[in-house]
Amino acid sequence: MRQKKENLILHNHNDDGVDRRGFLQCMAWAGTGALYVLKGGILRSYGLSDSSALAAGVPTGELSFIQISDSHMGFDKAANPDVVATLRVAVEKINAAPMRPEFLLHTGDISHLSRPTEFDTVDQVLKGAKVSQLFYVPGEHDVLGDDGKQYLDRYGKGTKGGGWYSFDHKGVHFIGLVNVLNLKAGGLGSLGPEQLEWLEDDVEGLSASTPIVVFTHIPLWSIYPDWGWGTDDSAQALAYLKRFGSVTVLNGHIHQIMQKVEGNVTFHTATSTAFPQPQPGAAPSPGPMNVPADQLRSLLGLSSVNYVLGGHSLAIIDSSLA
Amino acid sequence: MKRSIFSASLAVGLVLGTGAFNSGGQAFVASAQQKAVATEVKIDNFSFGPAALTVPIGTTVTWVNRDDIPHTVVSTDDPKTFKSKVLDTDEKFSLTFSKAGTYPYFCSIHPKMTGKVTVQ
Repeated sequence: MRQKKENLILHNHNDDGVDRRGFLQCMAWAGTGALYVLKGGILRSYGLSDSSALAAGVPTGELSFIQISDSHMGFDKAANPDVVATLRVAVEKINAAPMRPEFLLHTGDISHLSRPTEFDTVDQVLKGAKVSQLFYVPGEHDVLGDDGKQYLDRYGKGTKGGGWYSFDHKGVHFIGLVNVLNLKAGGLGSLGPEQLEWLEDDVEGLSASTPIVVFTHIPLWSIYPDWGWGTDDSAQALAYLKRFGSVTVLNGHIHQIMQKVEGNVTFHTATSTAFPQPQPGAAPSPGPMNVPADQLRSLLGLSSVNYVLGGHSLAIIDSSLA
Repeated sequence: MKRSIFSASLAVGLVLGTGAFNSGGQAFVASAQQKAVATEVKIDNFSFGPAALTVPIGTTVTWVNRDDIPHTVVSTDDPKTFKSKVLDTDEKFSLTFSKAGTYPYFCSIHPKMTGKVTVQ
C-alpha cells in the first residue's frame, strides 16, 4: 500500500502543516519572522531578516546534498538479482536532479560481504555521479572479518578510531559516526566510549546556532530493538547535541524511510538502492523482502537534502528509483 | 595458540577409506576415533534453530545458513573460543565439542541473534 514517493515532501521540519502536494498553508507572520516559500515543489523557510535577499529573488548560498544507503554490492538473491543496475539508476537520478547536489553521503552497507571487488564496483559506479565529493560511513556488512580494516584503508583517510570524522560545509557541521563495530551479543548498534568522548570534544566549541548533520549507519533512535534497529548508547551522543537549534540525523540500515522529530532533532532513515526490508514486525525477520519485479524500484531510492543558509533546518526529499 | 578444545570438522571424515593401509583396501578406523554424532543448527530468519542445544561430548555441531543474508557464529566468551568466517547462504561451519561446558555464541553481524550449546 505504499504511495509513490517521488517528489514527495514527507516531512516538513518547520512544522507548518504543508501537505504532500506542497500546498502552502502558512505564510509569513510578523514577530516570528518565518516566511515559507514554495519553489519548484520544494518548501524552504526564510528568515524575514532576509528580506533584501528575498526581494532580489531566490537567496543564494544554498546547500544541497544527496544521501544514498545500503547498496549491498554483491547481493544477488531473489529480492534483487542486479544491485549494480539499481545503483546505476540512483546515479542517473542524482545526475538528473534540477539542483546540482554538492556531495553525496553514503550511510553504509556499501558492500554485502566486505569483498574487495564489491567495494571496487561501487566506487566505479559512483564515479558516474556528478558530485564533487563522496562521504561514507560503514555498515555492519562493510566490516566483516577484519573489524573494518579494509574499510578504513579505502575510506578512512582523515578519520579517527573506527572511521568517525566531522567536516564543515557552508556553515553546517557534518559528523560521520560509526556504530557497527564491537557489537555485543544481544545488543544493538554501538558508538563506544572513545567515539562518544571524541564527539563531545568535537562539538564543544560550536555555537548553538550551527546546524548539525549527523550521519551513521544504524538508526540512532529505537525503531525496533527486536530486529537490532537502534543504538545502545545513542542517548549519550544526542545529549551532546541537545543544545543545538537544528540537528538532522541521517541513517540507513533498515531499507525504508522512517522519520521522527524530537525537539530540535529530526531523524531520517533512507531507502536502500539494493533491496527493501519489511516494516517492523510485518515479517518474521528484517531480511530482504521479495516483491514483484515491477514494484522493486518504487521501494528503492535516495534522499535529497536541501538547506538554505541562515534558515533553521533542512528539507529532506525522498525519491524512489521508479 | 592455546591447546584447542575443538577439532576441525575435516578430521572425522578423512581417516576413512583413504586406501593407504593394505592391498586389500580395507578401511581402517582408528580405535580412538570419536563417535560420529552430528547435529545441525539451522540459521534462518535471523535466528539459530534450535537456539539452545544440548549435546553429548564428542558431538560435531554444524551450523548451516539457510537465510538469504550472511551470518556468523562467534563465541561470546572472553577470550573467544571460536569464530566462524562469514557464512553466506548455504555455507556451513562445524565444530566438534570434546569438552563439557556451556558455549554461548552470537552472530557478530546481527548481535540480537544469540544461541548456546551445552555439552555434557
